[in-house]
Amino acid sequence: MQTRKKYIFLTFLASWLLLFFFGGDQLRRLAFFSGRKSDGRRNWPRWTDRSLLKSFADPEELQRDGDPPLLSPRERRAAWLSAHGSGSCRMETCFDFSRCERHGFKVFTYPQQRGQPVSETYGKILRSIERSRYHTPRPEEACLFILGIDTLDRDRLSGHFVRHVDETIRGFPLWNGGRNHLIFNLYSGTWPGYTGDLGFDIGQAMLARASFDSQSFRPGFDISIPLFSKEHPQRAGDGGRLQRHSVPPKKKYLLVFKGKRYLTGIGSGTRNALHHIHNGKDIISLTTCKHGKDWERHKDTRCDKDNVDYERFDYQELLHNSTFCIVPRGRRLGSFRFLEALQAACIPVLLSDGWELPFAEAIDWGRAAVVGSERLLLQIPSAVRCIQPERVLAFQQQTQFLWDAYFSSVDKIVHTTLEIIRDRLSPHRSRSRFLWNTLPGGLLVLPDFSTHLADFPFYYLQHGYSPSKKFTAFIRAVSQGGSLSQPILRLIQAVSASQHCAQIVVLWSCEKPPPPSGRWPQTTVPLTIIQGRRKLSERFFPFEAVRTDAVLSLDEDTVLSTSEVDFAFLVWRSFPERIVGFPTLSHFWDPEQGRWGYTSKWTNELSIVLTAAAFYHRYYHSLFTKYLPAGLRELVDGLAACEDILMNVLVAAVTKLPPIKVTQRKQHKEVVAQQAECRDGAAGTAPPGQRSPSAPRSAPAKGSGSAGSRRFSQPQDCLNQLADWFGYMPLVSSQLRLDPVLFKDQVSVLRKKYPSLEKP
Amino acid sequence: IMCASAKYNTRGPALIPRMKTKHRIYYITLFSIVLLGLIATGMFQFWPHSIESSSDWAVEKRSVHDVPVVKLPADSPIPERGDLSCRMHTCFDVYRCGFNPKNKIKVYIYSLKKYVDEYGTAVSNTISREYNELLAAISDSEFYTDDVNRACLFVPSVDVLNQNALRIKETAQALAQLSRWDRGTNHLLFNMLPGGPPDYNTALDVPRDRALLAGGGFSTWTYRQGYDVSIPVYSPLSGEVDLPERGPGPRRYFILSSQMALHPEYRLELEALQAENGESVLILDKCTNLSDGVPAVRKRCCKNQVFDYPQVLQESTFCVVLRGARLGQAVLSDVLQAGCVPVIIADSYILPFSEVLDWKRASVVIPEEKMPEMYSILQSIPQRQIEEMQRQARWFWEAYFRSMKAIALATLQIINDRIYPYAAISYEEWNDPPAVKWSSVSNPLFLPLIPPQSQGFTAVVLTYDRVESLFRVITEVSKVPSLSKLLVVWNNQNKNPPEDSLWPKIRVPLKVVRTAENKLSNRFFPYDEIETEAVLAIDDDIIMLTSDELQFGYEVWREFPDRLVGYPGRLHLWDHEMNKWKYESEWTNEVSMVLTGAAFYHKYFNYLYTYKMPGDIKNWVDAHMNCEDIAMNFLVANVTGKSVIKVTPRKKFKCPECTAIDGLSLDQTHMVERSECINKFASVFGTMPLKVVEHRADPVLYKDDFPEKLKSFPNIGSL
Repeated sequence: MQTRKKYIFLTFLASWLLLFFFGGDQLRRLAFFSGRKSDGRRNWPRWTDRSLLKSFADPEELQRDGDPPLLSPRERRAAWLSAHGSGSCRMETCFDFSRCERHGFKVFTYPQQRGQPVSETYGKILRSIERSRYHTPRPEEACLFILGIDTLDRDRLSGHFVRHVDETIRGFPLWNGGRNHLIFNLYSGTWPGYTGDLGFDIGQAMLARASFDSQSFRPGFDISIPLFSKEHPQRAGDGGRLQRHSVPPKKKYLLVFKGKRYLTGIGSGTRNALHHIHNGKDIISLTTCKHGKDWERHKDTRCDKDNVDYERFDYQELLHNSTFCIVPRGRRLGSFRFLEALQAACIPVLLSDGWELPFAEAIDWGRAAVVGSERLLLQIPSAVRCIQPERVLAFQQQTQFLWDAYFSSVDKIVHTTLEIIRDRLSPHRSRSRFLWNTLPGGLLVLPDFSTHLADFPFYYLQHGYSPSKKFTAFIRAVSQGGSLSQPILRLIQAVSASQHCAQIVVLWSCEKPPPPSGRWPQTTVPLTIIQGRRKLSERFFPFEAVRTDAVLSLDEDTVLSTSEVDFAFLVWRSFPERIVGFPTLSHFWDPEQGRWGYTSKWTNELSIVLTAAAFYHRYYHSLFTKYLPAGLRELVDGLAACEDILMNVLVAAVTKLPPIKVTQRKQHKEVVAQQAECRDGAAGTAPPGQRSPSAPRSAPAKGSGSAGSRRFSQPQDCLNQLADWFGYMPLVSSQLRLDPVLFKDQVSVLRKKYPSLEKP
Repeated sequence: IMCASAKYNTRGPALIPRMKTKHRIYYITLFSIVLLGLIATGMFQFWPHSIESSSDWAVEKRSVHDVPVVKLPADSPIPERGDLSCRMHTCFDVYRCGFNPKNKIKVYIYSLKKYVDEYGTAVSNTISREYNELLAAISDSEFYTDDVNRACLFVPSVDVLNQNALRIKETAQALAQLSRWDRGTNHLLFNMLPGGPPDYNTALDVPRDRALLAGGGFSTWTYRQGYDVSIPVYSPLSGEVDLPERGPGPRRYFILSSQMALHPEYRLELEALQAENGESVLILDKCTNLSDGVPAVRKRCCKNQVFDYPQVLQESTFCVVLRGARLGQAVLSDVLQAGCVPVIIADSYILPFSEVLDWKRASVVIPEEKMPEMYSILQSIPQRQIEEMQRQARWFWEAYFRSMKAIALATLQIINDRIYPYAAISYEEWNDPPAVKWSSVSNPLFLPLIPPQSQGFTAVVLTYDRVESLFRVITEVSKVPSLSKLLVVWNNQNKNPPEDSLWPKIRVPLKVVRTAENKLSNRFFPYDEIETEAVLAIDDDIIMLTSDELQFGYEVWREFPDRLVGYPGRLHLWDHEMNKWKYESEWTNEVSMVLTGAAFYHKYFNYLYTYKMPGDIKNWVDAHMNCEDIAMNFLVANVTGKSVIKVTPRKKFKCPECTAIDGLSLDQTHMVERSECINKFASVFGTMPLKVVEHRADPVLYKDDFPEKLKSFPNIGSL
């Protein structure tokens, strides 16, 4: 054993030595020869008189920058407007900014032409705009106009092709040469050339088009959108397919393609070459000649064999089991395959030279896709093999984020288009590239709220910020009497005693005016009273008075102790993007009735934290009021106990995470009952008994099955309407509660920081 | 005492030190031979090479005036005008670049010539100081090649930085006769001052056919997106004046305008702003009555007051950069250097390096039409953001503006990123200043996914020879519903694991992995056998965890898949007396670590631990046979920026016959060693990544007054 080891060791040493000497020698010779070859002029020479060289420009010339231009700036801008044709439109020449000043960014959709039904897809686009918060029914308010004529399919051979568009739009009084118009288009041109021709003059209108080529694309003016099928859902849509972060992130196949091979015509070059990289093992690249009516006429020698191979693999199977997916150009530059790969977390390898990638003005595709060159197809296998596993993992996650943030529904595609245009109107109040490409994505970040990353709950870690060390207690008072009730006085005392409390804001939502300032308790922190307008959704209005990142939302009759508040705030600082609070509800699917329900009774899960006692980030007030459409807030105002569910649904939709429950002393049973009374009194319209247990539950909730649970059923169930509006159920359940580290541990009370939380 | 310290004693059996001494001889021999080899190679490498390079140096000792003269006949060909439709896939020959493992393009520089026309008159200055610096920088960079046949990109030595300093037609002729010109394919021209009076084109007027243009002052109409590169106009003041970075804090002026040749219309608008807002707006102009010898470019005046330029820029929060005759202005560079936030008012201007730089983080772009609203627009920017923009502005100058070298290398890197997009530099690398790069984290598992419960977890038990206890652990863990596989890492090379028949029969697959060496890091190896995301690391003596506790731990991990979720918690503290970190295992109200004797975590962290652990931590842990858990806590906290999650109440985890409360029984040396680990790791990481929290996770109904049998996890915290 010992001697053998020695021998092995000696051999190893010998080879080591050899390597060093040979390697060194080789290196030396290499350096020597290449030095010779260059004739002694290897590098750029160090000129002896280099310090005497003249500067490229005289400092004076540089600072004065030529003569003052002859044309005044105003004249120049006016000249731009006339000089440039529609082919070179830019925002500053072809867009009338003044239309957007008075009413902000408002979008008007033309009424549909009688006798000209629009396609299903264009109908979805129009509905998306009408559902957006920018829609206006009044053209005089509008900043952007969308045609009611279906312009999606401009292929003359297609059944959806609309004729006489030119004549029709000239007849529109609002057309104005296309100024401030946005035209959507998915298909343009036709066989065999598939040029970008739309068949009518768009004038100065912006074009949101799929398969945009970078040469006809007017940068900063047009928008490239992805090609989507007519089955693409209106809202919500399916989530990404990535279920897990596999390590290593490799899937069954490395690289796949399965699709048509064009024997002739545009796009055939790339598709004809794809079979070369097929190796039958980890790279599967299958093509078929079968398409069109007369494929057999053009058929070549490969076709029959290829067609047999082609049938052996299933497209979906390949898509979901491959790390990379080739997305080559078809007849046009874009293809459905692109979004399919994105959703499947199959990293797209783009082979579509000159394609202006979808939303490239905002999206950094280098993080989610490999932008290959059609000419270098044969290098693709080795290039993707060289990509590090951690990069693959990041790519996969980014595909899912982008899919979910911008592409999963027609709503998202359309809203992204609108937000990009809106960002151009005021460059100083627009989203940076970072915001567009980081969770939760540009649509959920309102630049009107702030342009500073630290003001949002999402970017603390990425930029090394931390949430503010203080919070604002925000109490909603709805008492009928004009005087202050005992609970609110106690609550103000308890909250203001917290070392983290910066201020107290009371939203006075009663008919009677608030008591004079002398009647309010003396507190160490400033106390502000806001006269409310008695609407339920008002508690989430972004009041100027709230200045800290953290908001502690309270009802006047909430019972909380100082240490409960302190502990909950510290927990919130660890989870600033979530709602952190005390009483919770749990939602569940009721299969009998085919609807969602929720319960407030003891369950092993939670998915809603009541905003009667909860910490959350101030930004969610803005998101609630500015991001959600007015219709949804009106819905909430009309339903009792719905506003905190909407808040929870909103935060869950943004974060995809459950809220967090923290320890609370046992006393809130009667609080729940009290709340209901107050709400009834305040809201007026709310049906009574909403929050209090009404009917015994029949169907057991998921995972609970407790006898004491109750279901809230009502014809106009809040949760179901919200799920319907969002298109899915955003709420996420959690099975845990966060307690102080030594909670109910068998140690001396003196050691514990929050002993009072344990008192029965 | 025995129970607690046993963990670390049994892991490092007495055999190890003996083997070490034996090995030591080998190591010493190996080391000395390697050293000898290195010296020999070094000698061979550098001796002849140094002689050669000195001869090189002799050749290079030339004057610019000695370069060969090339006469251009009047009828020599002129290239086509620039082709506006050029894109990388139409006008660029990628085949020249090829695939190479380093993913670097090769750049060739033509040798310097002096071009004269038929009559012997020079076409332009042979070369300017800046262009010489730029070419020298390329030549010193790793992009450079002197082999014209291997080059992917060609840089002519014809200096076209300033269009006013050259004759257009003849310069074009000079370009056309370059040996590899080929319609300008793959040729890169650098130009900073394009156009000339009266209408000042925004791109170089020299006909250049397909050549790429790195130009200062592109407009959206002349810039070929994805083909050209927009570069800054270099300010020679960058090299002359040393402006130390100014910290955040209030500055004397809010808005400052320092440009000299502004159009009167702009000046009127600025003056209107000043009239409205008073002292906080300062508008400077050239000085009219300077005494002789004072360079006019270094002074600015406002009425009778004289200011030093560019120092005065540091006195203002925002500095206006208006377009002049051209779009690109050298003042932008001065403003950035001063850490003043540029307010860019130049419609249709393509900002320098806009393909990669996020200018929204360093500047405010205001449309010309909105100039009157400038003051209110700027006032709406939060103070914290202004400070960051100032820092960002200064960083852009340092990284991409300060020298011709910086400009040249950024340009080449942008082109390189287009050719090898899968190896491109990320947004963060381009844009984050060092301070942000240092303090920020980018979580490798950033997508919020709640892994499906059905996946289950893999328990990994590290064991040496305590078979009886191991079997008990296996039996206990196998009762957890979500366990999907059990992996025993057999770390004893001198003893075979028990026969197959002796192992407990459990409902999930049980695999035994034998290791080559008794190392603690074997516990964190990303074994292929681990097919789930979740890993439960468990010691072979942790027998007290109930099935409910483990199942609950797994459920908590599913909600926090990017964190360490564990049972016994520990804390690090700053010892003010000793001025260093201290390890704490007492009953504390805070936790910052969990022991990996029983912890759930993502398999990805095994990969990180094995392949990406910074410094020598991994070897250090293996050598000391201790602190692998602390190292894991550091690693995860550092990469995610998040705290650990401690689950369930404090309890005894090991042998029940122990009477002492666990934690208190650890002997003193053990604590000292652990403290040492923390200090060692903190110094290797360069920071203390651990996050202290005051919470732990319990089931929703834990200790609530509610029938136990209706709780999902009733058996929690029992002793």
